[in-house]
Amino acid sequence: MLDIKGLHVKLEEEDKQILKGVDLKVEAGSVHAIMGPNGSGKSTMSYVLSGRDGYEVTGGSATLLGEDILGMDPEERAAAGLFLAFQYPVEIPGVGNMTFLRTAVNAQRKARGDEEMSSTDFLKLIRAKAKDLQIDPDMLKRSVNVGFSGGEKKRNEILQMAMLEPKMCILDETDSGLDVDAMKLVSDGVNALRSPDRAFLVITHYQRLLDHIRPDVVHIMSDGRIVKSGGPELALEVEKNGYADILSEVA
Amino acid sequence: MAMARAALRQQKMDTTEARLSTLSLPAATGWAEAARNEALARVQEMGLPHRRDEYWRFADPSSLTVAEPPRAALFDTGEAPIFSDIDRLRIVFVDGVFDPEASDDLALEGIEIERLTDALGKDIHWVRDVYGVLEARSHEKVHRPLAAFNTAFATDGVVIRVTGKPSKPVSLVYLHQSETSDAILHHCVRVEEGAELTLLENGPAAARFSKGLEVDIADTGAFHLIRSQGRDHERRAATGIFARLGRESVFKAFTLTVNGVLTRNECVIELTGDDATAHVAGACLGDGKDFVHDDTVFVTHDAQRCESRQVFKKVLRNGATGIFQGKILVKSGAQKTDGYQISQSLLLDEDAQFLAKPELEIYADDVACSHGSTSGAIDAEAMFYLQSRGVPAAEAANLLTLAFVAEALEEIENETYAEALRARLASWLERRGH
Repeated sequence: MLDIKGLHVKLEEEDKQILKGVDLKVEAGSVHAIMGPNGSGKSTMSYVLSGRDGYEVTGGSATLLGEDILGMDPEERAAAGLFLAFQYPVEIPGVGNMTFLRTAVNAQRKARGDEEMSSTDFLKLIRAKAKDLQIDPDMLKRSVNVGFSGGEKKRNEILQMAMLEPKMCILDETDSGLDVDAMKLVSDGVNALRSPDRAFLVITHYQRLLDHIRPDVVHIMSDGRIVKSGGPELALEVEKNGYADILSEVA
Repeated sequence: MAMARAALRQQKMDTTEARLSTLSLPAATGWAEAARNEALARVQEMGLPHRRDEYWRFADPSSLTVAEPPRAALFDTGEAPIFSDIDRLRIVFVDGVFDPEASDDLALEGIEIERLTDALGKDIHWVRDVYGVLEARSHEKVHRPLAAFNTAFATDGVVIRVTGKPSKPVSLVYLHQSETSDAILHHCVRVEEGAELTLLENGPAAARFSKGLEVDIADTGAFHLIRSQGRDHERRAATGIFARLGRESVFKAFTLTVNGVLTRNECVIELTGDDATAHVAGACLGDGKDFVHDDTVFVTHDAQRCESRQVFKKVLRNGATGIFQGKILVKSGAQKTDGYQISQSLLLDEDAQFLAKPELEIYADDVACSHGSTSGAIDAEAMFYLQSRGVPAAEAANLLTLAFVAEALEEIENETYAEALRARLASWLERRGH
């Protein structure tokens, strides 16, 4: 599904190398988790993969279903099946949540050569998905993320994911700012989307989230590289002992 | 300095003389003739505007004051005019001339409508207390010679007396069919106690368009204006709204401007009765270095507990210029005034410019007045967010542009009209691409 090889990335504006050779392969149907101390490059990786400005790829490659995505515009990556659930979803005053989602769904369909979804079908679908995520219909009418609580913003991210049905979902610290109940709700939403032809990359600081979204593989990232990979037990080890032991072991 | 001032004065007087020499006052008798002569005297006293005048520093008025109007190519929009599917009483002007064939009967329950030229020919008429009267009051703090010029030389227009709540809006449709037309229209509206009128205006009107609109609102009356100034690229317009508000009355105006070479929209409002409300809002889309759009607003609070709002949004690119000169004057005794003013521009590239001159002048001690002005580009974070969901860059920029303008559109009370303007804006944005 997602194949990252020797990815080197620096900040565009300053001479600062953030990713120093990331190798990562996520297979269809699997859930991978990335953990790591602050500043290790986890969020940068999610931004670089989704095409945000401000970063320069100085080496390596990243392909989605065999296609090189690093040369694509963000919207092309989205149409190719990539989705990033933002750590800090952006508030967009004046753009209705519903209008936004409908524009996005239809733009992706158009890019793939599919027919646009009728407004009736769209309404039916979004109401059903919103209900599953306990999203108040009123939230759909409001401006994108404006006045939403932290939990509502994250649920809105998962709603978008459910509507867009991407192939490769990257969740960037989706658990941050969530209470226990909200985390359960968001996790249920993610789990409902798990399927053999979809993969997840879950970036998190805490093992907590991984109790709900069970990963197949856990990676530890440090100083711009993946330094250790293992099964779910690796996350438990981090929770118990912190990163220090693991990092000194691989140093 | 004295010499320079004298030379400037002479230059203004020469320009004024050159302009006036090509015109003669339309025939009128009695009070109407006097009103026109007084307006002409005001023009001669003030002189037509010059780039050096304080309120014309940002927009060059020379193309508005030259004797011959610059030619303006006709523009076929290829779409039904805005408000087409709204039930309304249509009054059509072609290049500034009333077209009775194309217009509806000037009859509607709750209002009386007459052609301006007919009203000015009568010995006794209510419009005597409005025509040129509100315009004349507008010069107290700032000279507005183009407004006086309009009163003196207006050749057509309508006068509307509102006595009830008519079942539909009155719609003034301005068609532009001659590349060299130089139209001067003047309308007067008198809203009686408890009466209500919605006035729609749309179209470019002429190659060069001068328009005056005087609105006198009695206690508890309400007046709503929604206008769209057409999409012709080369037309020029100088318009003035002069409103006087009685106790507990309401005045709300919204103007949408797209294209045009030069647009100067002045709005002068006097709140003379307690607890009155005045909202003036507008949005413009400007493209290209020839585009100059100027909103000049002056709101005077001369009564207690009145509320005024000015909300203006300008989307500019490719060297377009947007101007906002807005003032709130609170006279002594106008306690509990609530005055608000915001002007914002969305600059789509580095060549576009926005010039704002917000002013507050307050002589009462128990008031709440605020103003703000901002210029900004499209929010990169929001762009990335939309693109990351698959929305192409051009479409994302259009969504964010509409969102920017939406705040001004929200000032329109009636959702039907707001939606009509929003839909037009969306289709225009889509068509022109980015």
